[in-house]
Amino acid sequence: MDRLFELGSEFWVAAAETLYMVAATLIIGGAIGLVLGVVLYSTRPGSLLPNRAVFTVLNVVINFFRPIPFIIFLAAVQPLARYVIGVGIGNDALIFSLSIAASFAISRIVEQNLITVSPGAIEAARAMGAGPVRILRTVVIPEALGPLILGYTFIVVAIVDMTAMAGFIGGGGLGNFALVYGYRQFEPAITWAALLLIVIFVQALQFLGNWLARKVMRR
Amino acid sequence: MALVSLTNVSKTYPAPDKHGRPVVAVDDVTLEVEHGDVYGIIGYSGAGKSTLVRLVNALEPASSGSITFDGRELSGLPERELRAIRLGIGMIFQQFNLFNSKTVWGNIAYPLKVAGWSKADIAARVAELLDFVGLGEKARNYPDQLSGGQKQRVGIARALATSPRLLLADEATSALDPETTQEVLELLKRVNREFGVTIIVITHEMDVIQSIATKVAVMDGGRVIEDGDVFEVFSTPQNPSSQRFVSTVVKGIPSPAELAVLRERHEGRIVTISFRDGDASQAAVFLELANAGLDFELVYGGINDIQGRAFGHLTLAIRGADASIDAALTSIAARVEVTEAA
Repeated sequence: MDRLFELGSEFWVAAAETLYMVAATLIIGGAIGLVLGVVLYSTRPGSLLPNRAVFTVLNVVINFFRPIPFIIFLAAVQPLARYVIGVGIGNDALIFSLSIAASFAISRIVEQNLITVSPGAIEAARAMGAGPVRILRTVVIPEALGPLILGYTFIVVAIVDMTAMAGFIGGGGLGNFALVYGYRQFEPAITWAALLLIVIFVQALQFLGNWLARKVMRR
Repeated sequence: MALVSLTNVSKTYPAPDKHGRPVVAVDDVTLEVEHGDVYGIIGYSGAGKSTLVRLVNALEPASSGSITFDGRELSGLPERELRAIRLGIGMIFQQFNLFNSKTVWGNIAYPLKVAGWSKADIAARVAELLDFVGLGEKARNYPDQLSGGQKQRVGIARALATSPRLLLADEATSALDPETTQEVLELLKRVNREFGVTIIVITHEMDVIQSIATKVAVMDGGRVIEDGDVFEVFSTPQNPSSQRFVSTVVKGIPSPAELAVLRERHEGRIVTISFRDGDASQAAVFLELANAGLDFELVYGGINDIQGRAFGHLTLAIRGADASIDAALTSIAARVEVTEAA
């Protein structure tokens, strides 16, 4: 326990790094995932902008990358991260890899939630003379907003989980902290301190997500 | 010139699987809807009426034939121009299809935003429509806080927002209870009367046609099997399928099963006399029977009112000498239709 107090400031730095990585990934991966998900949804046969070629290619690419375990994915995209970000290790390289992985996962969640929007509401908008892009923006996404927020909440929790692997490519964060100061130095108290803080983060994010979704769905 | 005119229109969907046949939803339909009509299209589910109405606002393209709205041919028009035309055609639905994420106000404002109206004009128009459908105090509510009837009134306000000349009502009352159905039908009548909006009503309920339509087309298997003035179709349906629909709201000639019950309860000869507006009056017929010294009672049937014209089928049990009954019936049959049960 004394060791934990010695490391106090480093503990809080690690916590801040975790939050930074989660937030950056959520913003970048969330935006790309939203676009990919909307494209997937709208290009499928019978949808608003059916396009078999785009749908098939995107579908195959996402299906290829999504099941890859993140730790292997990290190693695999490291050369690309080095090329794009300039470095292959550290928090920013991790955010790059995280954002790619999160985009693919989020695109599926977005697609699945958009599919649940009532075809009747879309037909009504078409009958009023609205075009496909307007319908996506003003009907499909607003109608699915509640479930979308819950889907994003689910993903944020998964991202927190993924950031813990930062330590393997020289990144920081609570995962790294637990590994370096707890696991390797036989200090279970430190491992548990990091673990508890991660649980608190996850609970807080889940609570926030549920609250927002409830507010949007007015239930 | 007709507002909507369909000429030899068909709609075929590709076969659902490799071995299936293409599905013909609408089969060679020709009909004309005039300005100011309330045109009913009735048929069982699967008769093709919902597909037909979606051809009129080009939500679905026709496979063949010609569809014109206000003189413009729709088939072959690019999607962008079709969108402009759809702004002039309102549509309401069985499941209301309101936007649950928008308030009542937001729902009604939506088509106006699509049409590019200014904020001030939208506010004024939405207030006017809310007033017309009697939902002024519900403007800030969401659809899930409304009853079915209120939802459909929002649907009607939304469909009328851009002052369309044509309103398509696709089973608009089928999800409502009888009382609410009447309220919504009254509202549609006002829309037709006060704004001169032409309405095409799709339904499987004959009493909807009876209470609101001026013309009717009966659909079966993708085809229009009978069409004309509602009074004509109701009083003298030609086709067996039309007769079945009419029999759901009009007590006509008793069926064999009903006849058996009538015979059990009443003595004498069972005779159905069919009256139509303009034929001999009931009083004259009854007087003739009485003058012939016959004893009779009304056992089945009723008089219906369609668009202010009356018709009906009255079934009588007549007792007396066979010869006097025959003589009386022959004389009556010269003026009204008489059917004697075998």
